Amino acid sequence: MVDDRRPTVQKPENAELPIPSATAAERIRPAATAPELLRNFCIIAHIDHGKSTLADRMLQLTGVVDARAMRAQYLDRMDIERERGITIKSQAVRMPWGVADASGTVQPYALNMIDTPGHVDFTYEVSRSLAACEGAVLLVDAAQGIEAQTLANLYLAMENDLQVIPVLNKIDLPAAQPEKYAEELANLVGGDPEDVLKVSGKTGVGVEALLDRIVQLVPSPVGDAGAPARAMIFDSVYDTYRGVVTYVRVVDGRLDPREKIVMMSTRATHELLEIGVTSPEPVPTKGLGVGEVGYLITGVKDVRQSKVGDTVTNNAKPAAVALGGYSEPKPMVFSGLYPIDGSDYPVLRDALDKLKLNDAALNYEPETSVALGFGFRVGFLGLLHLEIVRERLEREFDLDLISTAPNVIYDVTLEDLTEIVVTNPSEYPAGKIREVREPMVKATILTPSEFVGTIMELCQGRRGELQGMDYLSEERVEMRYVLPMAEIVFDFFDHLKSKTRGYASLDYEPTGDQAADLVKVDILLQGEQVDAFSAIVHKDKAYAYGVSMTAKLKDLIPRQQFEVPIQAAIGSRIIARETIRAMRKDVLAKCYGGDISRKRKLLEKQKEGKKRMKTIGRVDVPQEAFIAALSSDGGGGKDAKDAKKK
Amino acid sequence: MSPALPAGDPAPPDGALPASAATGADGRGFGVYLHVPFCAVRCGYCDFNTYTATELGGGASLASYAGTALDEVALADRVLRTSGLPSRPVATVFVGGGTPTLLPVDDLARLLEGVRGTWGLVPGAEVTTEANPDSVTPDALARLATAGFTRVSFGMQSAVPHVLATLERTHDPARVPDVVRWARDAGLSVSLDLIYGTPGESLDDWRRSLEVALATGVDHVSAYALVVEAGTRMAVQVRRGELTLPDEDDQAAKYELADDLLTAAGLHWYEVSNWARTPADASRHNLGYWRGDDWWGIGPGAHSHVGGVRWWNVKHPRAYADRLARGLSPAAGREVVAGDTAALERVMLGVRIAEGLPLADVPAASRPAVAGLVADGLVDGAAALGADGPRRVVLTRRGRLLADTVVRTLAA
Repeated sequence: MVDDRRPTVQKPENAELPIPSATAAERIRPAATAPELLRNFCIIAHIDHGKSTLADRMLQLTGVVDARAMRAQYLDRMDIERERGITIKSQAVRMPWGVADASGTVQPYALNMIDTPGHVDFTYEVSRSLAACEGAVLLVDAAQGIEAQTLANLYLAMENDLQVIPVLNKIDLPAAQPEKYAEELANLVGGDPEDVLKVSGKTGVGVEALLDRIVQLVPSPVGDAGAPARAMIFDSVYDTYRGVVTYVRVVDGRLDPREKIVMMSTRATHELLEIGVTSPEPVPTKGLGVGEVGYLITGVKDVRQSKVGDTVTNNAKPAAVALGGYSEPKPMVFSGLYPIDGSDYPVLRDALDKLKLNDAALNYEPETSVALGFGFRVGFLGLLHLEIVRERLEREFDLDLISTAPNVIYDVTLEDLTEIVVTNPSEYPAGKIREVREPMVKATILTPSEFVGTIMELCQGRRGELQGMDYLSEERVEMRYVLPMAEIVFDFFDHLKSKTRGYASLDYEPTGDQAADLVKVDILLQGEQVDAFSAIVHKDKAYAYGVSMTAKLKDLIPRQQFEVPIQAAIGSRIIARETIRAMRKDVLAKCYGGDISRKRKLLEKQKEGKKRMKTIGRVDVPQEAFIAALSSDGGGGKDAKDAKKK
Repeated sequence: MSPALPAGDPAPPDGALPASAATGADGRGFGVYLHVPFCAVRCGYCDFNTYTATELGGGASLASYAGTALDEVALADRVLRTSGLPSRPVATVFVGGGTPTLLPVDDLARLLEGVRGTWGLVPGAEVTTEANPDSVTPDALARLATAGFTRVSFGMQSAVPHVLATLERTHDPARVPDVVRWARDAGLSVSLDLIYGTPGESLDDWRRSLEVALATGVDHVSAYALVVEAGTRMAVQVRRGELTLPDEDDQAAKYELADDLLTAAGLHWYEVSNWARTPADASRHNLGYWRGDDWWGIGPGAHSHVGGVRWWNVKHPRAYADRLARGLSPAAGREVVAGDTAALERVMLGVRIAEGLPLADVPAASRPAVAGLVADGLVDGAAALGADGPRRVVLTRRGRLLADTVVRTLAA
């Protein structure tokens, strides 16, 4: 796996590659490069379409990284990113490149490659990265064609008037169908299929031509060098040693080392301790001018003090108007995170505090669950964000966590017109409700045409409204739906993937809210409500939810010495019931001389196991039952059985 | 005997016991368990430390076994003396296996003589041997009685041919009434061992086994739920789906049926899985295990307990013989049980018997929980209140079936 990604081209020691000479390089020195010689671009690609490998190849060909220092996927720094092969945090790298002009003289250029997050949850961050560029490489796997998320980002790039350069990657693969997908790309971006570049990030084929094409087609940045500085923050990363590193694109004016700067959204001032470019390691410079891309260090310790989308200006000569497009990150999905071992609560709190330094979108509040103890209600941008945060908490801080089923925010208006914002189903008001509004999303699904019927069925089952449908080619269809966000946050994507054998792809963006007929379903164990299992569901689905949850729990909770009724209820009305029959026998029949030590050890182990159980009323519920019941695939299958054994 | 030995501390090569083992020894009974690790055939469900003749090579043969075991008797005597324990006559001897009656009667007599010669027997000592209904004759039983055996425990298991076949027991069930009569004619007390919950056994099959056992007029019955231990042939058959185990409800129903029929026939439970006609018919040797008495287990894989020290011998007969030949203790490992562990053990063993666990032996913090157990119908209320003597925790029938729940509630 890793070997596949090893660079197969060598460091360009052969002088034939168009890397500018020392004299030429002087003209593209950071802080002193004419905007005409700058090219700012990003790469739009789906998760596994080879963006990082292509970026690696560019770093090598431009001499920025030599083969020895090359790590596969140089730009993805975090382990999780590397393992999942996806990019969470963007960075910018400055690369020199030379292109011969009409007279045959090689002209030097400085290319800033701005890496963009590839996933739907980070749409806002993507939009800011795109706003920092004049051009975008649309990179598509020549064996798979374009995916929904790529399409969404392509539309975003086109709205931002970026010059789009369509490129097919992985043309070395036996399954590649470059002609077919070149036609698809040409249809999407306009132009001739002949103009679609064909490259292989793995072998390096076509990458030089792509670099040339970037210089030729991407417009150089335009700005007012004499105006007060306006630089847009497109990324902000916390580094243990240096504090927050802020990545900016200068639009007007310039920023200089040691000067005081102002964050225009908060009016906070900071001193510029360091300013520079990454190439690919940070190199301090004498400043950054119009059109340049680089980093700032001010000594702040929290990414919230350096927000993505904000405008940086000079303190001495501040700009009057900030750059457009700034907005605060808004959590869309909430989940309760609880340590399995209650004594880990302080560890979880510290861990969240640390992650927050590097994640402006993460927010959380302490909450208490009768069933799960002390934990936090955490807001996320979306499901991937949730998964990443959870995985980092478990991996980097060695925590075992239970996360409750993700839910969205509901705006509830009571009969007396009091308005309540519900982020936790168990807080759903019991009184007379006048109206409940739930967030909606606009979803784009790309699928092979044979699955259109299947997807319609799935989306209708999730209260979706078809908005439109377009054939991208004979075999591929773009379907547009409006769906309640609550219907896609749990297991929609899993179902979509399994019903289409993995071929369909999904992208969505929030699109306001809508009134809906919703109810809260509670789950009761022996008459006691288990808050962690409460859910807000559509009235028509309440019964199905009740039946499936009670059945699931019946399989997951071990028999007790008394009968345990499991009920699902809306208010005081019971809508489903299962019964765990009383356990009748647990005694070991034989306990003679040779059995005593073993039997005692067994009991000691059971006692330890009982400590890990949550007691609800008198019912002992293993943690594993919570995990399995709250996960989308824990329906009495293998997981459930394993949970029962422990 | 467990399939795998427990994990414990290393045992010293000379077998010496810590000083704590001697504390209070005068007040504790002393028994000897003799393990005979041989069977004619190995049954599919059996996880005991036993070997068929073909499984064993030189140095550990059936013929030389009694001599080797007597070497351990001598070693036991030495260890007890040097560890400061008083010399105590043996109250009970129990020869188990395996199939002890595969040994010639003369060897069994020699073993008993060795024990008697070393420590002496208390007057009226109980001396039991297990026996397979297949491998006894009226003559052999008479000779055992003459040698000093007082009691024989037959592995009847079931009266139903298809159940015996699943258990891979080879004896003819029709022989059981005969062997019981022969043993009683020889002056021996008799116990029958039964197994319930064998795959394929119906409630009526089980009833039939109980009725056949009771029809012999026997004064003692042990009835065990079948436990399929990992590593046995039966465990493999279950994993492959060739056999289906009954669920716990079926086992509970069979336990209740056994308790009903045995009680109606005049036998009373005195331990979770044991019923006797009168207190004098109970197995005193086994009661020693549950009361925390001392016993020395002779033989490969045998467990011993002396004053809170538990240890277990190496399992393989050849390794066992080899250690003794070199003058070393055959102990493979041991543990000193104290504190919370000892309290848990006390509760775990004490609640199993009908005489119950003195309330004073329940950890103080758990004593309030007794009321809840009475309310749940697991513990007898009158005994807990001290209606007929000191306050004790005595299990109800429901409590016997849920004894682990009771122990977990009462242990510290």
